[in-house]
Amino acid sequence: MSAPSIASLTIEQVQAGLAARQFSAVELAQSALQFAQAENPKTNAYLHFSPERALAAAERVDQKLASGENAGPLAGVPLAVKDVIVTKGVRTTCGSRLLEHYIPPYDATAVVRLEQAGAVILGKTNCDEFAMGSSNENSAFGPVRNPVALDRVPGGSSGGSAAAVAQGTAVVALGSDTGGSVRQPASFCGVVGVTPTYGRVSRYGLVAFASSLDHIGPFGRTVRDAALLLETMAGRDDRDATSAFAPVPNFVKQLDGEVAGTRIGLPREYFQGLASESGDRIYRAIEVLKKLGCEVRDISLPATKYAVPCYYIIATAEASSNLARYDGVRYTTRANEETLSGMYRGTRGEGFGAECKRRIMLGTYVLSRGYYDAYYLKAQKVRALIAEDFRRAFTEVDAIVAPVSPSPAFKIGEKIDDPLEMYLSDIYTITGDLAGIPCMSVPCGKTSEGLPVGMQILTRHFDETGMFRLADAFEKAGGFAGSN
Amino acid sequence: MKITESEVRSVADLANLKLTEPEIARLVKDLDEILTHMDALNELDTSTVEPMAQVLYQSEETATLRADQPIPPLGNEAALANAPLAGAGYYKVPKVIER
Repeated sequence: MSAPSIASLTIEQVQAGLAARQFSAVELAQSALQFAQAENPKTNAYLHFSPERALAAAERVDQKLASGENAGPLAGVPLAVKDVIVTKGVRTTCGSRLLEHYIPPYDATAVVRLEQAGAVILGKTNCDEFAMGSSNENSAFGPVRNPVALDRVPGGSSGGSAAAVAQGTAVVALGSDTGGSVRQPASFCGVVGVTPTYGRVSRYGLVAFASSLDHIGPFGRTVRDAALLLETMAGRDDRDATSAFAPVPNFVKQLDGEVAGTRIGLPREYFQGLASESGDRIYRAIEVLKKLGCEVRDISLPATKYAVPCYYIIATAEASSNLARYDGVRYTTRANEETLSGMYRGTRGEGFGAECKRRIMLGTYVLSRGYYDAYYLKAQKVRALIAEDFRRAFTEVDAIVAPVSPSPAFKIGEKIDDPLEMYLSDIYTITGDLAGIPCMSVPCGKTSEGLPVGMQILTRHFDETGMFRLADAFEKAGGFAGSN
Repeated sequence: MKITESEVRSVADLANLKLTEPEIARLVKDLDEILTHMDALNELDTSTVEPMAQVLYQSEETATLRADQPIPPLGNEAALANAPLAGAGYYKVPKVIER
């Protein structure tokens, strides 16, 4: 029997199909690749495909199934990987001209763990250059179009991964989140996107943007799929000294719908300045949570209004340092200049796009002599206040529910000439990264124009279990559809 | 003005970025606007706050020293495979020291 279209498959359905011999992993991979390649011109979600690697992985799954071995919890599951996560032998560009021809000599730990669990990597997804952006318009290889409304952005920076899962050209995907780059595109495209606790997933092989803020996170069409992806790749990795030793619970097993009595806080600072339709969808979602027996109360996170300046100082400072390595010596691209210094400057001047240059400049400025205390040190202190807000809130509530973005997906080109306005749209997502707590976006309906709205759930450090349980109960109660 | 054109030029120098004249003009405008917005942080009294350089959370003590076991390295050839210019097992760059 031939393989089904992957456009609406879940991980569970892939497993059931393989177990019932409805299709083989190779048949599914072939059909998935064919479908994804045919559909891709509509959105530009994938930058390149990896058919050889996909088919080799699928063959290994089929061999295991044939010999009665356990083929893994992700056996045969078509996966898309954001192009800032390195894949051995498969081009990894970070959406940058500088790395247009870069072929990594090793795999990221997250990629290794997912492939060992049976996942089949179809290809690498488009993103803002070095993950810097909120609209995917900063990719050197063209913007991604939102599959829900092709004249709109998919969000960013993991726009390609969110679009692929929404479009149905992958079952699940990997993204990275430094200031909202998983949750915001998930909300814009109407899929589930998760930023785990800082340190939960190894960053070995994630090309560094801002190391005190970077996370790898999963996308899925269901809460269960995203949770399964996370539990498969999470856990200590000796190759990333910042990865946490905390044991990784079985998230999926604990999706039991038991959410009655959960204390939910609504931070009032997150509901000011929210587009009215987005606000309506979130308030309706909160009604669903109340019907499930959650206790909802207002809370305050007073440092929220300082989050954007705080984040854009810390993130750009770290970026200016991390991006110093692209100097023309090691990574494929070099400007032809007579002197070493000319080579550095020329390579970087020609290679980086406008947003990367802006952030390198800002980061260099806030770290420079005379400005370090006024900007960088000040921002680190404000970061402590933002983290303290959450710590205090979580003594009163078990979870925080908030919007993901002030407005739904905007039009391509609408904000590209106003960097400050683009930064301000990250207001609700950057706080979770600054505090390092787990947070996710779940779909909660659409606006009258049909644009998806996402609801954000944030919990205590390492309480992804509580976060997923709440999201799953909401999904099962029909919350994703945003019905009354 | 938070930042002048000559400051933008010297920051670009520090960052090893070759910029065109239109890029410099644009950056003066953008950085000025962004830095002005960042002044909002001065509203907060942080004189008693410790700076937060890294995410901190409660956790059990862990042995952070791993066993000292050799792991096969990447290897010279693989490490140099992406070099724009390599030779004799090294990265090659323009001459730094004049004889």
